[in-house]
This record gives sequence, C-alpha cells and structure tokens, in this order.
Amino acid sequence: MQTEKEMANDIIRRSGVNPLKCMKCGKCSGTCPAYEDMDYHPHQFVSMVQKGRINELLQSKSIWTCLSCFACIERCPRSVEPAKIIEAVRLELIRRQGCNHLKSDAIPELLDDKLPQQAIVSAFRKYSK
Amino acid sequence: MTFSYYPGCTLKTKAKDLDMYARRSAQALGIDMQELAEWQCCGAVYPQAKDEIATKLSSVRALMSARDAGHDLMTLCSACHHVIKRVNNDMATDTDIRMKVNNYIKPELEYSGETKVVHYLEVLRDYVGFDELAKKVVNPLKGKKIAAYYGCLLLRPGSVMQFDDAENPSIMEDLIKAMGATPVLYANRNECCGGYVTLENRPTAQRRATSVVSSAKAAGADCIITACPLCMYNLDANCDESQKLPIIYFTELLAEALGVK
Repeated sequence: MQTEKEMANDIIRRSGVNPLKCMKCGKCSGTCPAYEDMDYHPHQFVSMVQKGRINELLQSKSIWTCLSCFACIERCPRSVEPAKIIEAVRLELIRRQGCNHLKSDAIPELLDDKLPQQAIVSAFRKYSK
Repeated sequence: MTFSYYPGCTLKTKAKDLDMYARRSAQALGIDMQELAEWQCCGAVYPQAKDEIATKLSSVRALMSARDAGHDLMTLCSACHHVIKRVNNDMATDTDIRMKVNNYIKPELEYSGETKVVHYLEVLRDYVGFDELAKKVVNPLKGKKIAAYYGCLLLRPGSVMQFDDAENPSIMEDLIKAMGATPVLYANRNECCGGYVTLENRPTAQRRATSVVSSAKAAGADCIITACPLCMYNLDANCDESQKLPIIYFTELLAEALGVK
C-alpha cells in the first residue's frame, strides 16, 4: 500500500500541475459552479495535495461533483489549473479494482427518452475505468 | 470549401437535427462536408491526465484521417470539438504523449498535430464570413430575440481552444445578427449547464440549468441556441418549469434563415 506522500507525488505527476504556484486567492472556488455541492473546494484540493492529505480527498464527494467546466482553469491568475488536480485524485481512486463509481447495471434506470449518448459516455469516462 | 467532417455519436442518434440542419445549411452556403469514413466516438470528455493515452486514440485516428484526406477537420458537437482540439494540441506540444500515441498506433506517417480543427461556427465566421452569410439569408428571423448559450466546452481553456474571447465571446451573437434576429446578452451564457453530473446528482444539474435559462429569460430572450446536445438536454429537461424557454440547435435556426429547413 502506498503512503499518502507517494500518492500525492503520483497525483502531481499525473495532473501536470505544480501546486506550489498557488497563491491561495480562492478565485477557483469563488467561480466554481458546483461549489455548494462540494465538501472540499478547488483551492483546498490544491493545498491538500501539496501537503499530502490524500485519504481525505479520496473520500470526498467533490471528486464526483466537479463538472469539468474548466472555469477554475480559465480564471486562475497563476495557471495552477485545479480541475486537473481534482481529475488526478479521482483517477487515483477509480483506477483501483472495484472502485468504479458508476456501474453499468445502474444505467438503465438513469435513462430517459431524451438523454443524449454524450451524457452516458461522459459519465462513464469520469466515474469508471 | 471542402472539409473532413466528424459528426460524433450523439449526432447520429439523439441529436440528428443538429447534424441534418448543419448539412442542409452547408449545402446552401457552398460548404462541402465530407464525413470521415471510419470515425470512432471521441469519448465526450477530454482526458486531462498526462498518463491517459488509450482514451486519446480515437481523436488521433480522426485527426490522422483528415490529414491523409488533405482537409481541415470540421466538428459540430461542442464536446467532440473540445476533445479533438485538445488532443490535437497535446499531439503538437506534449512530446511524451505524442511518442506514446505514435508508438501505439504505429502509423505509416507519424502524427504530430498537423491537422487544423475547426468548429462549424468557425467555418461560418472565418471561411464563409458573416457578411456573406447575411446575403444568403432568404428568411430573416426579424423580431426574434435570441440568447446564445456557449457553455464551457467551446471556449475553455481559451489558450487551447482559441475559439473566441473566452470570457466575452461574440461569434454566436454575430451569427444571430447575420440571420436578421436580435442577440440577447445575459450573465450566464458561458457558465456550465451541469454537464454529465445529471446522471450522478440531478439536483446540481437542475440548479445549473435553471440558473442559465432564468438568466436568459430575465434578459428578455425568446429562445436559446446551443451547439451541444448535452447542454440542450440539461437546459430543457433540468430547468425549473417556471423558467423554461425553447432550446434550439443553432443549425436549425440557420437552416430556417437560409430557407432550407
């Protein structure tokens, strides 16, 4: 089993983000359209990954509520790109055996007549491996 | 004007109208859309991680097909455009991703991001020109107050997408003017509709969609146009009943204005 520090290093490498560039202005969280549905917010992901607090993030609901809208990426004055960190944490989890968040058995009851294929493909890409 | 064309999975199923009206309008405007012979689903979301390779392959195959055909690659769905354009940027700028993808596909001629990816709207602006388009309008949409919904995927990140000003875009408003209608500006035109989260947490998507549509409604819009099937779904199905507006693909209004609907 990896230590939290080892996981943090993998997450940083996978995301391509340098968390040390963050100046903690909070603009990412201020502009996040999913803010109120998150327990940990985008700026916290950046600082917690930098400090190696990964286990808390792996259990957070924020990894499922990030909309990948890239508002935090566009509006970060330091080009830290928090959404890439959130994605790298989510991958840390769903790449583990048995940790898929969306299972194919659950799909039929989520469908309605108008739901586009794009929604199903996107959700599988985001929530499962 | 000939382009290789990548329709994507949803334009063959739930969003046939987006595709059909685009083809009819293109014909009226002298644009030749040549659908790629064998395309695969782009995956609908851009794989952001540096170590995601397999999830980028379908985009690269489409990009290579367009290169081999000698054309720019035209997209229409916002999600396909986003994914293919960003993967193309990776192939041009990230040597590690480029090496791994080429090692996997082993093409006769290595691919390194040579294909130009253009969205249908960019073709209207940069190849046809909105002034020329306006001359071909036979049925001006006079009196219609239309709100353009950009969403996220066409605009962000602006450094890669280079579609328009990412915070203050104008391409769809210019199209609306060219069609003889009045564009309505509103605060949430480039804020997220909720995207795929509708499958995981519908209340979030409902809140997002309602905030977008109510913002357009408060600004006096009659309807909203979009280029994205998932935005179309969210803004319609996930919007609070009291705030609803008709949500229309921009290609449908274009076909109407050009008299080919």
